Formats: sequence, structure tokens, C-alpha cells
Amino acid sequence: MESKLRKLKTEYLGRTIVTVFGISIIVLTLAILAFLGYKGGATFLTHGHSLASFLFSSKWDPAQAGQVGTVGSAVFIVGTLEVAALALLIAAPFSLAVAIVISDLAPRVGRRFLRPVIEVFVGIPSVVYGWLGLTVLVPLVARIFHLPFGFSVLSAGLVLAVMIFPTITSVAADALQATPPESKEASYALGSTRWQMIRRVALRYGRTGILTGIVLGLARACGEALAVAMVIGQSNSFAHGLLSPTNTITAVITSSMGNTVNGSEYNDALWSLAFLLLLISLVFIVVIRFIGRQREDS
Amino acid sequence: MTLLLLRAAHSATRQSSKSGSSNAGMAHIRRAKLADKTITVILSTIAALFVVLLALITVYLLYKGARAATPDLLSFTGFGVGIQLFNTVYLVFLSLLVTVPIGICAGIFLAEYAGKGPIIAVVRTCIETLSSLPSIIVGLFGFLVLIQLTHSKWNLLAGALALAILNVPLIARTTEDALRSVDRSYYDGSIGLGATRWQTTVRILLRASVPRIITGIILAAGRGFGEAAVLIYTAGMNSAVNFNNWDPTSITSPLNILRPADTLAVHIWALKTEGIMANANQIADLSAAVLVVLVLVFSLSARWLGNRFDKKMSGGK
Amino acid sequence: MKKLIASVLCLALLATILAGCGSSNTGANANAGTGSTSSVSGSIAMDGSSALLPLAQTAATQFQAKNPDCAITANGGGSGTGLNDVLAGTVDIGNSDVYAAEKLTAADAAKLVDHKVALIGVATIVNADVAAAVKSLSSDQLKSIFSGQTKNWSVVGGPNEAITIINRPTSSGTRSLFQKWALGGQKSVEGATSLQTDDSKALLTTVGATKGAIGYVALSYLVQPSAQIGTVGIDGVDATYANIYNNTYQVWGYEHMYTKGQPKANVQAFLDYMSSADMASTIESSGYGVIASLNAAAAASR
Repeated sequence: MESKLRKLKTEYLGRTIVTVFGISIIVLTLAILAFLGYKGGATFLTHGHSLASFLFSSKWDPAQAGQVGTVGSAVFIVGTLEVAALALLIAAPFSLAVAIVISDLAPRVGRRFLRPVIEVFVGIPSVVYGWLGLTVLVPLVARIFHLPFGFSVLSAGLVLAVMIFPTITSVAADALQATPPESKEASYALGSTRWQMIRRVALRYGRTGILTGIVLGLARACGEALAVAMVIGQSNSFAHGLLSPTNTITAVITSSMGNTVNGSEYNDALWSLAFLLLLISLVFIVVIRFIGRQREDS
Repeated sequence: MTLLLLRAAHSATRQSSKSGSSNAGMAHIRRAKLADKTITVILSTIAALFVVLLALITVYLLYKGARAATPDLLSFTGFGVGIQLFNTVYLVFLSLLVTVPIGICAGIFLAEYAGKGPIIAVVRTCIETLSSLPSIIVGLFGFLVLIQLTHSKWNLLAGALALAILNVPLIARTTEDALRSVDRSYYDGSIGLGATRWQTTVRILLRASVPRIITGIILAAGRGFGEAAVLIYTAGMNSAVNFNNWDPTSITSPLNILRPADTLAVHIWALKTEGIMANANQIADLSAAVLVVLVLVFSLSARWLGNRFDKKMSGGK
Repeated sequence: MKKLIASVLCLALLATILAGCGSSNTGANANAGTGSTSSVSGSIAMDGSSALLPLAQTAATQFQAKNPDCAITANGGGSGTGLNDVLAGTVDIGNSDVYAAEKLTAADAAKLVDHKVALIGVATIVNADVAAAVKSLSSDQLKSIFSGQTKNWSVVGGPNEAITIINRPTSSGTRSLFQKWALGGQKSVEGATSLQTDDSKALLTTVGATKGAIGYVALSYLVQPSAQIGTVGIDGVDATYANIYNNTYQVWGYEHMYTKGQPKANVQAFLDYMSSADMASTIESSGYGVIASLNAAAAASR
């Protein structure tokens, strides 16, 4: 009897508390999902647009007060995918390189200097990155490639890459540092060079953590709005290459959400885009996890 | 503790390079060593390049801020950014007060009690998706739930809670990762000594995870410092504060958590998008510089605290 | 030591929460009391139009200086936000660049009371390169440029540069004013030569940094002169308030402050202040127009 009471204090109480909080996160997620689904569904249920015209048309001209317009969002969807993929392609290799330097090549410098410097960059507001992009990067891109203007997929990808770099690097470095020393020493004892140890032991051991970093980075790339909006050009047309302007889901949401009223076709179409964005990130995340698991099995 | 591990790894590296040279001769060893050197050089160069880029951005921001700085703008009155600085620190502090316990608890749940079935994969995916939401959506959701449903006006508390929606997933994820990466022998040892799962988790695993959890907290705080879209809809875009009034019941007291408050990031956003005063850009530049310094100080002191804690733990008591 | 710090923090937090609850009660009391007292007190909250925000904030600061018991907060967010929030009762005043009926359903628009507080003019702006040669465009040339038919400045007497159009979002009040009064209702072309910025300040920067760019902003954003851009008149008439007052320049609209039903006493006092003679000079120096200065023909045109 007494031992049960003891166990209540030492185990069940704590377990209940964390379970409640754990479940509350799920509830919160579901609440937001339901909220977005409900708001986003109105485009199709209330305003009667077909899913195909929303996904595959590029005619975007929703109406504001009671009339009927078009809600084709193909340009934004393609634009978001392009920009997020480009940002990830640029940032991930660099992040991984810096993470390896922090964890194994120069741990002292990494701890004392690299980390604090990198963390500062999480705290710089998007709008500052956006303005740096608009006033420094965009003119630079225009000059280098002899374009009339530098608003482009490339500019957006670069700005986003700088923005997601700290997230990926911090999380990946943590994962690499968590490699058990015995494993590292065992690898060295077998005659591995440092790089062989990193490649065969640390990178494998830290794979889950690195993937988490990449997922978090990708998530931020998909959801980032203010900075991208300033450098992408927001032109309602498909990009003809890295150097041409286009538009993204987040940019169109931020630019018009405040200017439209609840229940109008325009506003509901923006909520549909928000819900779609959530689904896109969901697909990305599942794919990356799947790749990670495949590797693990082999 | 981490420091010890690193030292061990470091000395192991040195030993291996010494012993390696005596075995030289076989071609593949030479190749491996060449690869090792090349990779080291390449990676270090990349790291150096990025650090230079980041340093350039920091210096640029600080330089522009310093050029704009006047005693008037740095003050806690009128056009000074002191009010926003105070609001930023206060709001992020309030938000962390909510985020950290919930995030860590949720992380413990995920790592220790959620089991291994498909449910946890779904939950984890849910959390990651949640953290990919554009801030404006979280802001509007927060506005609907925290402002409209409660019939209140923009306030610090609502801002802090909305920020928590954004950051709880981040802390939950980093906590879970940290707990999972603690060496299993710690767990087995503790259970073997008769501790319950909960006791083991809190007293052994959680303590060993502190440095990584702190990274999560720093990232979360960083996002709080830099976030604008969430707070515009929940905490408001301006504040009327009297710094001689420390009675927390008054609407103009800095301590009141139900007053509207604009943080540095919101201030910058407002100035850069709609400020039409002559010196709007200067104030924005100065705010950005102040924000960079604030984040730097926070990040350094959080890490210092973490290290102290870490040393105390690994030093044994 | 640690425990001490922790308990102090907890106490501080507790105190703040209690205090916060207390303050919300006193706030409610103050609101209830405004009807019976003559001095203005209580709180006023407004949000909406970002074009009107700078003026609203200046007015709020001045009003508060005269009525220290009244706490005013002015937020931006966009005209749609202002209309949404005033309808939902979250704010006392919803600011908008456009008539409520252009955004809301007729039933919802009928619940709101319109208070016109100022005029806003919209000017066509171009990159400095173009401004050196082109001082004015005819409305046909303007329509041709924004419909994508005219693609090079040389056609309208400018340098040999490709034209890049910089728009605001289709939901923007400034864009709808420009489209209605400068382009005669014709929609702007969409495509790779037509970019867009979220806000007017980013638009100014973009036009200033892009050769051959053309865009439009509210006159309040042109109070600070900039060397990178120049304004262009329409049919030889410059975008100034003098020309708006005498009915020669047409691209302007009213700035609205909407209340849900008739305003409370303190809100009415603030609205009165907005249209007082005191405010008129502030309105003009901030780059807005004073409604009372419109001549009869101009006032009748809307």
C-alpha cells in the first residue's frame, strides 16, 4: 500500500502531467488544423470553386464584396516549391559543413565563437533580412546578371538560405556532438582518420538529429513570408528560370490578408492557401522522414 | 560533461594521427589521409566563409545603427527605443515562462511515454507541420482565440501566448531529441538502482540533456525576439508607457501584462512599412542594432548558464 | 540562491497577473462612467488602413496629451482588418481607405457609420532615370503602359528603357483608387514585367532601385523628398492637394473612420478632434488633404 503511494509520487504524478501536456500539443495542432480546414474549405463549399481550378489554374483574381472571381493558385504553389527547394539546396550543405566544424574539427572555436554568432541570426527579424535583400542583394543580382531588376527566385532562395542556415546548423551540430565518445574512440582505434570517423560514425549517429534540423529549416523556408515577399517580385506568372520573378503562397497571404474582410471570396481563398501550405509542408516532412528511414534500414 | 566528451574525442584524434603515420605505406591509407586533409580544409573554408558573411551582416547592421544613434533615440521616453527594448525582453520572458515547461513536458512525453507505434510518428509530424505555419496564420489564430473570444484588446499576455504556439513545438522537439540521444546505459543504471522511469527521466536524462535543451530555448527566444507578424495581431503595434509608474494595476505601467506593447521587431516592421517621419529609417536601423546586441547578450548568457550547470553536473556532487 | 531568484520571479509574476485582472476591472468601470462625466477618459482602440495609420497615430498622441485620462491605441493591419474588427466589436474605430460597401456585404456595411476624416491623393511615381525626361503622361499613355501595350519608355518620350510596373496587391486601397481614377477602371496587366510589393515604403524603394520602373503611392509617402524617384503628372496636372481641392486632379479618395452604430462619448470626442481646425495643419503637413478645402465641384465629384 505504502509503496503504491510512493510510486504515485515518484512515477504516476509526473507521468500524468507530461501526458497531459503532450496531449495538449496534439489538441492544439488539431485545433489549428481544424480552424484552417474550416476557413479554407469555404472557397470550395461556400463559393463553389472546384479543387482543380484552385490547384491547376493560374488565373488569380478573387472578388472582394459578394461577386465571383477566379482563385487559380498554380503560380504561388510552384513558386513556393521552387524557392523552398532552392533555399534548402543552398543552406543544407553549408549548414552541415559548419556543424561538422563545430562538433569535430574545431570544437573550442565552435563553442565559444561560432555558436553564439550563429544564434544571433535566428533573432534578427525577417523584415531586416528582407530590407537587406531589397537594398543590397536585389541590386547586386541585377548588376551581376545584367537584368533590369534583381527580383527573382535566386534572390529569394539566397535570402531564405541565410535565414534557415542557423536553425539547421544549431540542431545538426547538437546531433553530431551527441555521438557517444566510445563510438568515436572505437573508430579511431580501428585506424580511421578524422573524416572517416565523421563520415562513418558521427554522421550516421546524428542522422536523425540532422534530419530534424533540415525539416525545421524547410518548415521555416515554407512559412517565411515578410522577407521573401520583398525580394521575390510578386509577379503573377511562372518563373522562366532562377532569374525571373514569381510569387509564393506566403507572400500572397501576407500581402492581402489585412486588406480583405472575413467571408469574402478573396479572404477565403487566402485561407485555402494557408491550409494548402500546411499540407505542402506535411508532404515535405513525410518525404524527408521516409528517406531517412530508408537509409536507416539499408 | 559535453566538454569532457569533446576533450576525449580531441585527444583521440591526436593519438590516431600519430599512430596512423607509423603505418603509412599502403596506398589506401595515404588516400584516406589525403581525403581527411582535403575535407578538413574544405569544411573549414566553408565555415570561415559563412562566418565572414554573417559577421559582415552583423557589422553592417551595427554600423548603420550606431550612425543613427542619438541619446534621444536611445532613451526610455518619446521616440526612444527604450520602451520597445523593455517590451521585447518582458514579452519574451513571459512567453518562455509558458513555453519552456510545456515544451519540456511534451518532449518528455514524446521521448519516454508515447511508445513506439505509428501514433508517435503522427504526433511528431503534426508538431513539425505546426512549426512550419506562417507566422501570420498563428497571429490570426491567436487574434481570434486570445483577443476576439476573450473580448480583450491587444495585450502582452496574448502576444506571449501566441508566441508560445509557435515555440512549444520547437522546444518539444529539441527536448525529445536530446532525451533520446542520452546514452542508454544511464537509463539502465538508474532503473537498475530502483528508480522509477519518471525519476530516471527527470533526475538523470533531463539533466544530461540540458545543453541541447538550452539550444532549443535560445532558438525559441531568438524567434520571439525577431517575430513580428504574430505579435502585430496579438500584442499590438504601439504602447503608451510611463516609466515612473510602477503600479502594475495601471494601464500605463510597464509591468502591466494586459497593456498593448510593441517589441523591437514590430517597431522595425511598422517603421519600415508605414513610418513617414523624417527619421523613420534611422530609428529602424537603430532598433535593429539594439536587437542584434540584445540577442547576442541573451545567447551568450544562456550558454554560460548552461555551461555552469553542465560543469556542476559533471563535476559530481 | 537559485530558489530565492525563482520565488522572487514567481511572486513578481503573480503580482502582475493579479494586477492585470484588477486593471481590467477598473478599465470597465471607467468605460461605464464616461457617459456621466464631461472630461474624456477610458480607452479607445482603432486599427485598419496602413495609409491612414501615421495620421491616426499623430492625432492619438496629440489627443492624449490634451486628455491624459484617455488611453488611445492605434494599430495598422490593413483596411480589411479595420472593417472586420470594428464589425466584431474588437476595436472602437475601424480605419479604411475605401467605402465599407466595397469590401463588406450590404447587410454588414449598413451596421457601420462612416466618418470621413481626411483626403488621400495618389501620385504616379517613376524611377529617377525616367523622371528626368517624362514629367507628365496623358491618361491614354498611362492606360497603355498599365495594360502592357506600351513596353518601352522611348514610346512616350522617355529614355530607351523597358517599362517595369510595380503594383500594390489587388486588395490594396491605394491600388483600387489608382485603378478607378487614373486608369478608368481598367485592370493592370499581370506577368513577368509587372511586380508587386506589400507596402508603400517597399514600393518606393523598389521603384527607386529599378530602372524604368513605374508605380503609385499615396501623397503621404512623398512628404520626404527622395532623389531616386520622381512624380509624374496626369494630362499635365501635377498630383498636389491644391489641384485636388480645385477639382483638376482626380486620383484621390476619402480616408474613413468607421464606428459600429453611433460612437461612444469618448470616441465621438476623438472624431471631433480629427475634424477640428487644430488638426487641419497637421493633416496637410503629414501629406493628407483637408475635406473642408474641397471646392463644390470636387466635393460633388464623389
